[in-house]
Amino acid sequence: MFAYLVKRIFQAAAVMFVISIISFAIQDNLGDPLRELVGQSVSEEVRNELREEMGLNDSFFVQYTRFAKKAITGDLGTSYFFKEPALTVILKKLPATLELVLGASIIIIGLSIPLGVYTAIRPKAVLSKAIMGLSIVGISIPVFLTAILMIYFFAVEMRLLPSYGRGDVVEVFGYWKTNFATWDGFKHIIMPSIALASIMLPLFIRLIRSEMMETLQSDYVRYAWAKGIKAKRIWFLHALKNTMLPVITVGGVQIGTMVAYTILTETVFQWPGMGFMFLEAVNRVDTPLIVAYLIIVGFIFVVTNTLVDLLYGLVNPTVKLARMGA
Amino acid sequence: MSLLSVRDLVVKFAMRHQTLTALDHISFELAQGERLGIVGESGAGKSITGFAILNLLSQPGFIAGGKIMFDGKDMAALSSEEIRLIRGDRIAMIFQDPMVTLNPVLTIGEQMVETLQAHRNISRSDAEKIAIVKLREVYIPAPEERLSQYPHELSGGMRQRIIIAIALLLDPQLIIADEPTTALDVTIQADIMELLLELCQNNKVSLILITHDLGVVSQMTERTLVMYAGKIIESGKTREIVNDPQHPYTQGLINALPQQTVAGHRLKQIPGNMPGLGSLPPGCAFHPRCDFATDICKKSVPEFVSFADVKVACHEVARLHKTKKAEAKDG
Repeated sequence: MFAYLVKRIFQAAAVMFVISIISFAIQDNLGDPLRELVGQSVSEEVRNELREEMGLNDSFFVQYTRFAKKAITGDLGTSYFFKEPALTVILKKLPATLELVLGASIIIIGLSIPLGVYTAIRPKAVLSKAIMGLSIVGISIPVFLTAILMIYFFAVEMRLLPSYGRGDVVEVFGYWKTNFATWDGFKHIIMPSIALASIMLPLFIRLIRSEMMETLQSDYVRYAWAKGIKAKRIWFLHALKNTMLPVITVGGVQIGTMVAYTILTETVFQWPGMGFMFLEAVNRVDTPLIVAYLIIVGFIFVVTNTLVDLLYGLVNPTVKLARMGA
Repeated sequence: MSLLSVRDLVVKFAMRHQTLTALDHISFELAQGERLGIVGESGAGKSITGFAILNLLSQPGFIAGGKIMFDGKDMAALSSEEIRLIRGDRIAMIFQDPMVTLNPVLTIGEQMVETLQAHRNISRSDAEKIAIVKLREVYIPAPEERLSQYPHELSGGMRQRIIIAIALLLDPQLIIADEPTTALDVTIQADIMELLLELCQNNKVSLILITHDLGVVSQMTERTLVMYAGKIIESGKTREIVNDPQHPYTQGLINALPQQTVAGHRLKQIPGNMPGLGSLPPGCAFHPRCDFATDICKKSVPEFVSFADVKVACHEVARLHKTKKAEAKDG
């Protein structure tokens, strides 16, 4: 177990190294940071002086090494716009985004398992066919369209739900602002969560359905029937437990992807999270903030994947983590 | 009264373009404590017979006719809950490949306890006690430790012993064993068969042994059915069938046994392959591979009639019998 953990942490570090190089390389392709910093009125000589002072004339290697050294200590540069450390800016926005991802995950997990199992057990039922048909529609409609349609119907026409912002949030643990503590905050997170879930949910229903149908054909499920085990136990223990093994792996990757997907959802709903912030940073050519965002998202991705792999080892008895370290 | 009575059982498979007949009017009886062998090549319908008895045919197979009576009850008249209560309790099944029969994510204990709890109102600790007793009966070393192990931690032979122990958990009246040793090492095969025989005899359990191996059948069973292309072509006491087979197909099977061949010579095999269900020849399904086939074999399906001490479905059985006797005299 320990050897495996160490191995995984080394892998994660290697991935983070590559992500940091790519993110940093983007910097050179986003235009002249000085224009954003000092505006038009400063003379060319002063600009050159500033460039030299900021180290922008150094080679890529020197610049990257300087950046990496600071990054390890948690200094990802200073945002040009906010005049604050980029990491601080992002961490302030992080809770909003993670709550959105959490809301979407609850919807996905809560619906995909029962619907996937039902469509696998009763493939010929009318309801199953309706679910499968709708899931195709769900996959095909882009997130921003789902979001705009929802705003039109539920916010503009019916006036049931608020259309933008986080609403009434409550501070917990002195740092984290949550939507789940008040009714107003909860109302604000409903539509963004559904919009964010709208792409992944159909994918997961279809994934669980196909895995489950395969499992139901297996010898051990047939054997469970031959032992006289009750149908519910066969479906929800014998078959579902085996079905979920591959789903967990895919799910871990998708949580990371969802953090990235929030850019669209947050923009449509004016959700004050890091996705919305990223888009604004791009508009302002706030290079340090862009680089820091890419690195943080990459970091979240790597961490969730590592955690999911460890979790998989706990769920699947045939994976012995101790042996995998070898 | 017999424990199990199968009358004119017909099983069909509804395929996209046609409906195939997998079992064609299968009939047999099984008395309490009796051991029956069902022999034939792959695809003859042996396993389907076993699954049909428990109403466990996989899609698209279905029972299209006939009657299955178990312990005086018509299986077709039972509700799905009543059939569930028979499965695993009154009729237990042993599957072919122990490597894929046990659920990989549940412990041995879990899979044994759930079987008991599906049929008896019994606490977990009492169920575990019974499980340990049964594991000991099948000579599993350290049975207490096995309960917390997962299937992948055990060898194939060990897993098949556990599956036999699960079959015995509820003291069934009938065990259906579908090629229980085919997937195992040759060295373990004899052990498993011996164990199965011993347990059936000690507990007075009836056995249906599905196999392609006539040698095994002769050691294990009292009566034998020989199947070919979904039909029973010969049935009778195992001793008679092994010593004096009447149907040319049964004779071919026996001649193909290694014991029948002088060392250093090639094994005698039956030429050709069994036809697929979709392309059965007219008349006797065996005639294209039969050395003794005549014109009538190509046209009409032979009746299943008593001959000598067995029942057999062959047009030429009388002629064959005479030649064989003559050969025996000359030899």
